[in-house]
Amino acid sequence: MANEEIEKELAAIVEEIAGVAAADVTPEKSFVDDLDIDSLSMVEIAVQAEDKFGVKIPDDELANLKTVGDAVNYISGKQAK
Amino acid sequence: MSGNDVVVTGMGATTPLGGDVASTWGGLLAGRSGARKLDYEWVERLNLPVTFAAPLAVEPTEVLPRVEARRLDRSEQVALVAAHQAWEDAKLEGEVDPDRLAVIVGTGIGGVSTLVNQNDLLEKHGMRKVSPLTVPMLMPNGPAAHVGLAFKARAGVHAPVSACASGAEAIGWAWRMIRAGEADVVVAGGAEAAIVAITMAGFAQARTMSTRNDDPARASRPWDMARDGFVLGEGAGIIVLERAEHAAARGVRVYARLAGVGTSSDAYHITAPDPEAGGQARAIAAAVRTSGIDPADIGHVNAHATSTPVGDVPETMAVRKSVGDHPILTAPKGSLGHLLGASGAVESIATVMSLYEGVIPPTANLENLDPGVTLDVVSGEPRKVQLTAAINDSFGFGGHNVALAFAAV
Repeated sequence: MANEEIEKELAAIVEEIAGVAAADVTPEKSFVDDLDIDSLSMVEIAVQAEDKFGVKIPDDELANLKTVGDAVNYISGKQAK
Repeated sequence: MSGNDVVVTGMGATTPLGGDVASTWGGLLAGRSGARKLDYEWVERLNLPVTFAAPLAVEPTEVLPRVEARRLDRSEQVALVAAHQAWEDAKLEGEVDPDRLAVIVGTGIGGVSTLVNQNDLLEKHGMRKVSPLTVPMLMPNGPAAHVGLAFKARAGVHAPVSACASGAEAIGWAWRMIRAGEADVVVAGGAEAAIVAITMAGFAQARTMSTRNDDPARASRPWDMARDGFVLGEGAGIIVLERAEHAAARGVRVYARLAGVGTSSDAYHITAPDPEAGGQARAIAAAVRTSGIDPADIGHVNAHATSTPVGDVPETMAVRKSVGDHPILTAPKGSLGHLLGASGAVESIATVMSLYEGVIPPTANLENLDPGVTLDVVSGEPRKVQLTAAINDSFGFGGHNVALAFAAV
């Protein structure tokens, strides 16, 4: 899956769970500081992303995914393997 | 009125009769029933002996923003819907110091639908599918906590749990907080959303619910000779209680004064009411005593009467013992069904409306009065009567008794 496509699908998940407009979910944005997403919603987003993209996001990896771009790169990296 | 008196300055509700106070009150005056056959698939699949209840007239998801609603149990959703109405009714935005604002919202059962649904997900799909919001959604202090967050209340957030007395108890504790000087404004009430299979089955096994499946609208009939159990309802009632001086200073409308509060416990049986109604009488007497109102001026009792064969009549004996033979009675559960932990709050709103508008709604479905009841009971049509003071009763499994004495202003 291309990064643009991952970004689009991830943005849809974030909108569904946290109510942030998909258009605002751009690579440079921090989930916590910019998009105001709390730790509970991050868990929900991670579970849905795992299902959607067929990757595993362990808790210690999730903690490192600060920005939308971090998450997109992590997912595309795992998919490539 | 003195400065430390406690007054009602806002009210909100969502009930089987309507999505707000006006429609609920209108339904009560009309003697309308909120009960209907349930269309949930589990009713037939599980072969429940009771196939009806009194569900909400307006789904909370139609009122709350989608993302907010999906993070809340239904019991939290209804609490927020009613609380926002009460907050707006009292015109409180920007009018109260958060350090002087408290929230007390009780529930009888809490987030039971969340508990059941998340357990199903765990069993069927495993750990990963369990929502990280499970605990905050099922905890019985959830409705209070969310209301507290919505209004930034910092003087304390509490959640009394005393089964069907929870909502009334919340209002009682609000009165105590204000009288003790701990808060200027308390947003108080009850919330319940427990029309789920396990709760229906449990109440049915206890033989406490009406089985009049062929005629849901006529099933809840307090004090009627043909009553055969309560009808399970859901919803929330929230009232804004305010120190009289605080309300006067901002010139807001005052509906009534909460003049006195009485609580007691039966120490008799976990579910059955004391047939002598001693505990109920002590609670009502304490409400009268703390109110300082002459019992002769208490013209009306909005009764707890749930339409069960054993419960309805002893309450009238308690009223006679503690107030006298003069109060005019009504039982709103004929229309509303039994909202469990929300009932005392929604019915307090009805009591306040009776004082404010000078009219007592009829007891729906009361056709043949139980001869054990010797007091004047309103049935058929609403009764216009100017009232000085009125009492709302609430009693819960566990032997909890709460009486609230409201006075006209």
